[in-house]
Parts: sequence; structure tokens; C-alpha cells
Amino acid sequence: MSLLRIRNLSVDFATASGKFRAVDSVDQDVDTGEILAIVGESGSGKSVSMLALMGLLPWTATVTADELTFDGHDLLKMDRRARRKIVGNDLAMIFQEPMSSLNPCFPVGWQIKESLRFHLGLNRAERHKRAIELFEQVGIPDPEKRLSVFPHQMSGGMNQRVMIAMAIACKPKLLIADEPTTALDVTIQAQILDLLTSLRDETGMGLVLITHDMGVVAETAERVSVQYAGQKIEEQQVLPLFREPHHPYTAALLDALPERATEKRLPTIPGVVPGQFDRPAGCLFSPRCKFANDKCRAENPPPLGEDLGKARCFYPLNTDERVAS
Amino acid sequence: MLKYVLSRLATFIPTFIGVTLISFAFIRMLPGDPIVVMAGERGISEERYLELQQQFGFDRPIYVQFWDYFTGVLQGDLGNSFVTKRPVWDEFFSLFPATLELSVCAMIFAVALGLPAGVIAAVNRGKFFDRALMSTALVGYSMPIFWWALLLIIVFSGNLGWTPVSGRIDLLYYFPNATGFMLIDSIASGQDGAFTSALRHLLLPTIVLGTIPLAVIARQTRSAMLEVLGEDYIRTARAKGMSSGRINGIHALRNALIPVITVIGLSVGTLLAGAILTETIFSWPGIGKWMVDSIFRRDYPVVQGGLLLIAVMVMVVNLTVDMLYGIINPKIRKR
Repeated sequence: MSLLRIRNLSVDFATASGKFRAVDSVDQDVDTGEILAIVGESGSGKSVSMLALMGLLPWTATVTADELTFDGHDLLKMDRRARRKIVGNDLAMIFQEPMSSLNPCFPVGWQIKESLRFHLGLNRAERHKRAIELFEQVGIPDPEKRLSVFPHQMSGGMNQRVMIAMAIACKPKLLIADEPTTALDVTIQAQILDLLTSLRDETGMGLVLITHDMGVVAETAERVSVQYAGQKIEEQQVLPLFREPHHPYTAALLDALPERATEKRLPTIPGVVPGQFDRPAGCLFSPRCKFANDKCRAENPPPLGEDLGKARCFYPLNTDERVAS
Repeated sequence: MLKYVLSRLATFIPTFIGVTLISFAFIRMLPGDPIVVMAGERGISEERYLELQQQFGFDRPIYVQFWDYFTGVLQGDLGNSFVTKRPVWDEFFSLFPATLELSVCAMIFAVALGLPAGVIAAVNRGKFFDRALMSTALVGYSMPIFWWALLLIIVFSGNLGWTPVSGRIDLLYYFPNATGFMLIDSIASGQDGAFTSALRHLLLPTIVLGTIPLAVIARQTRSAMLEVLGEDYIRTARAKGMSSGRINGIHALRNALIPVITVIGLSVGTLLAGAILTETIFSWPGIGKWMVDSIFRRDYPVVQGGLLLIAVMVMVVNLTVDMLYGIINPKIRKR
């Protein structure tokens, strides 16, 4: 059985102008020790689905799902108190902006030791020892000294290391990294990704990497799930996905990679992700899809089979059947 | 840090000169003559009037009078009261403990109720408690102090008879004025019931004086908390599985305290102004009542000296507040 199992997860936000569906019947599985990347443009609901799992959405959000199981616990049936025992302990998350994600009023050591105290019940001396270990593990030099430093006194990269140390403090079984490198320099990005992968290798935890950077996906991920406008539209292992994308959106995303460009002008995907008011009736990608026909515009395609990457498309690419059309 | 303190202290100098000048000019701008007031209803003869004018130095040009006063102030001499002939300095500090006791209690009352109220309102934003609290705070803020005081006196002292109407302690008790703080002195005296009596006398003035700061602090805490609760680090704390009590009370509140401390500091000025009314209504023998009496007597040295000392206190409080910023949020120290 997989570590994390999500079935038919939907998240609706109550806004002043009515309901907005940010995540639309998403299924997701993560196994122990696996690196899953969730890719998509801004507003595709990739962060929201994971925040829903963590129980971190604001009160305006309504989360519904058929199944939400983590490590054998049914999160749907759990009250907040019981869920807090898991969140931050076995299930941890790091965020996009390390600078603003750390509390400016407390030393970073205090912020790490807090988790150790509440989840593991370590005493003062044990907490201190473990915090130093964690800092060493994430590659923060001079850990003893750094514990008493405030977030504003460190660089973004160092702060992200602190965030990671904080997240892995209780040896989580699953770590969700929500665009962990977006706010960092390119050189630091590579270091942080290396750190996350090596931590996965050491501890055998599952890793969910939310990103919009296909380069990051190619380097780090093992399995990729592509999200568009709240729906999961395709899911494959990383190599086949790059080689043979089935959904036109995935293909268009890959074509837009500068590394793959063959022409002088970089191909782009025209239009934007549909918002609250311009949600199409049929396939959500149909207004931007160059293959779309009337059927696409009228009906919402259900996910295809495993062999076609569960692509939500009537006319998947790179298949033998496709040749006919 | 030392450099910061010194630079802040340097800004004191112009403020200090300004306050000295304004307080000196203010009382002289009021119509009325201290000598005539002292003479009372029987009046005073022309020769005696001129003699007294000379004695007090009122016949000299105003700038000479100011220079005399100012150089005196710099040497720590605020002059003597016209009425009691005692040094202003001594009078101020024999009465100040009463005001300080009242102000401190009012502040404790305001912070102890306002801070949690603001936090709870922010956490329950838009719900019944939030709305009820914020409208109550608005009423409290807009209520005239003297009217509120009279209302409380009528209900609690008059109708219910729970609290005394005025003074600091029942006449039953007498003990030497060791610290000037009635709550401390009454315990030190060891007399049965003295402390309770002092406490009961303190109750209504504290509520009256603390109401406006309470309302301001509650509203400020609420808005600061609302802002902080949307920050990324609050999400991080929740992702760590911390309880909402801990998140609101420690992670968020510490950050929200900065603007709250600012209004607390500013409230000290309001508090001393409010103390003047409150002390007058409750016959509280503090500097507020002393100042009001002195204004009516045109007791120039007392009014200008008292104003100056109050202003210096407000300045010191605000300096302390500035230092507290750096302690609460170390990021501010950098600037």
C-alpha cells in the first residue's frame, strides 16, 4: 500500500463572487522513498492540493475527497488535534519563500527545537544536541553558533536549509516541498535540490516536489504528475514523460523548454489558465489546445488508462491509435 | 545599541527646550494674575501689589523671566510654589506616587484585558464575539471620561454601595507614607483590611482611567493580529503541527506586539491627561488634581514645572518603547 493515497480530492474556495474550484477531482499516490514532482503553471492548484492534505488552507476553503490516507491514517476522519500529531511529525512541508516562512521574532534554533519538544518530547539538552545534528545534516556551517541567529541575519539559501532542517526534524515519512527553489539563486537551487535528494536517500522518506520548472523535474523527479487548472491531466515516470508526452498540454510545456527549442523563436502556449469566470464547458485545455475540436469543447474528457499516463484527453499524443485521426 | 540610545537622547534636547518654553508661555497666556488670586476676595492695595510683583519678579521683561526659569531648570531648580512655598520638585514627587499607582493599575487593567480581547477577536474574525467586542471598544473609546466616571459612581458607589466614592483609603486606617504607593504601604502597615480598602478605592478610578487605553489596545491588537495571521511564518508554524493556542499566543502575538507597544507608549500621554480628570472626580491626591488646583490658583511655577516633568516622563516612556521594539523583534534593531 502506498504511503499517501488521495482519491477524488477537490478544493473549493468561497469568494465574494461565488465558489471557485481550485483543485478538481485529483488522484495522487506517493510511495515511501519516491520522488514525485507535481508540475503546472501558476494557478493550476498544485500547491492547494498539498496544502489541503496538510490542513493548512484558510477557512474559506472546502476540502472534499473520497479518500485521503497517509501512512494508514484516514485524514478525513481525523479531528484537528489528532491531525496535528501527524502534521509536522511524519508529514512535513517546506515552502517557497524561506525568508518570510521563518518567524522574524525568534532565533532559528528556537523554531527547530519547538518541533522536537512537541512531537518527540525531547528535553532541553537532547533538543540542543539534535538541533545541531540537523544543522550539520542540512549543511549549515558552524551549527552551534547558527542556532541562536535570527532569520534576517542569514541568506535565503541558509534559511531554506533551516526550513528543511525544521521539516526533517522529526524524521518525516513524507516531505512536501512547495517550490523550494523558486526564490533562490540558480547555484543555490541546485544545492538545495541535491540536499533534498540526498536526504531522501539517507532517510527513505517520500518526497513531493511542487514546481513549475521542468528543468528541476528532469533533474530530480522520478515520477511526474502534470496539473492544469486544478485537474491532474497526465502522470508518467519522468523519462517516458519527457520522451512521449500523451497530453497536448504536457507536450506544449515541454516544447516551451529553451533547452529543447529547435526554432529561433521559443514556442509558447497561447492564452492563460482559465480562471473563475472563463472556465470552459468541455476539456479545460481546449481553448489553448491546437488539436481541439467541437467534442473537446463540449465534453470533459475522463482520464485514460495507465498506459496512456491517465491523460485527460480524447486524442492523446504519441500513441498508435492516434495515427488514424 | 548604545549609539542608538544616545542618538535618541539627542532628540530630547530640542523637545525639552520646546516644552519648557511652551509650558512657561502657556500659563502666562491665561487671563488672571497670581497676586490677585492670592489676595482673594478682599483685594489688594496698589503699593502692596507692586511690591509683590517685584518680589516675584513679574516687573522684569518676560524673556528675562524665562531665562531665569530656564537656567534654574537646567540646575534642577523648578522654583517654589507661590501658594505652599515648597519647592515644586518636592511637591511633585510627594504626589507623583499616587498618580503613578493609579496609572500603572489603569495600564495593567487595559493591557490585561485589551491584549487577550484583541487576540480573541482577531482569531474569531467576523464572528459574534469579534463584532460585539469591537463595537464595545468603539463605545469605550468615544465615552467622555467624566461622564463614564459619574455613571460608575452612581451605579457602583451610589446604588450598589460596593465601592467608595473618593479618596485613596478609608479614614479608619493611618500609617506613615513610606513609599507613597497605597497598595504597598497598606500591606507594610500590617493593619487588617487596609489593603482591601486601598484596593476598593483604586477600583473605579482604575476602570475609568483604563477604559480608553483598553479600547485602543484591543482594537490595535486585533488589527495587528489579523495582519500577522496572514503571514507565511504562521503557515509554517501550523505546518509544524503547533496548536492554535500556541500559534496565536506566541508565534503571532510576538510579531503583533510592535504596533501594540507603540499605542501603549502613546497611551501613557493620554493616561496622564486622563489622570487629571479622573483624579479630580475621585478626589485622588495625585499630580493631576494638583495641576488643576494650581491652574486655578495661577501658581505659575507649579504649572510650568509640573507640565515639564510630565512631558519628560512621556518622553522617557517613548524612549523605552523604542528600545522594546528591538528586544521584541530583533530585525528592527538593524535599522
